[in-house]
Amino acid sequence: MNYLLRGIGVLAAVGTFSLLAFSLPSGGEARGDSGGDDLMPRLAHKNWQQECASCHLAYSPALLPRASWRRVMGGLEQHFGENASLDPATQADILRFLEANAADSGTSRMGDKVMQRMDRNTAPLRITETTWFVKKHDEVPRATWTRKSVGSAANCAACHRQAEKGVFDEDTVRIPK
Amino acid sequence: MIKRIAWAGLMLLSAHASADSPANFMARYAQQAGVAVTALSPTRGEALYRSEHPGKNGAMQSCASCHTANPKQAGQTRVGKRIEPLAPAANPARFTDAAKVEKWFRRNCTDVLARECSAQEKGDFIAFLNKFK
Repeated sequence: MNYLLRGIGVLAAVGTFSLLAFSLPSGGEARGDSGGDDLMPRLAHKNWQQECASCHLAYSPALLPRASWRRVMGGLEQHFGENASLDPATQADILRFLEANAADSGTSRMGDKVMQRMDRNTAPLRITETTWFVKKHDEVPRATWTRKSVGSAANCAACHRQAEKGVFDEDTVRIPK
Repeated sequence: MIKRIAWAGLMLLSAHASADSPANFMARYAQQAGVAVTALSPTRGEALYRSEHPGKNGAMQSCASCHTANPKQAGQTRVGKRIEPLAPAANPARFTDAAKVEKWFRRNCTDVLARECSAQEKGDFIAFLNKFK
């Protein structure tokens, strides 16, 4: 009888522990670059994908330096005009992932390219403010960004039809009317 | 002692496994507000959903601005991302996760109303959405 109880105790303890372990914020899993020039580094991180992508595309951490991500994540109550506040644990977990894969983390070619054109003393809040982004989109007329079908420059997927998959090369671009 | 640990473990397991439902949330918010569930009002919930408030850019805004006039339809965020329908009839995943529900009430009430919503308002709101078939 005692052994039976002990068995149940062990099973319950193991079960509880594994449940807790699996529901804790997961660490980022960087798999580095996978070739193409305009390919974002392939990254997987549960909270980044779930939280950031509930309102917009989960923008690649490689597009801003660490100092920028710290500013973004430190001001989620006023996130470009919207309250995007998170519980402190999730917020810290996402920031750790963003910093580990940021443009100046030296982990991706995309990040290196962004940093090549970045003034090291600045920490832009918007990806669209980086010199890299501006140069990349200099042939797009200003009026195109505000078209109803596009909305704003924050809506990558309006033109980059495979943006959700991290594919941004020119062949996949279709600017909507 | 071991028996107690075993029970605590099992309780934890079952608490983790049980998902919430719109009815559970209505009961909980009614309790927090100190009223009976039957005192929750879909009509007041609908009024809250459609009420317009001055937004940050000067334009009027309401819940319906992003979630559309019909909560059974998908909406759109300000940057063009799809929002799945709010009404449980059209989206069974709604009101099944307490952390998510509280997160979005906190964010969206402060954005649209410039204050947090009361337990009564949250209960009324779900009562309204739960009315859709």
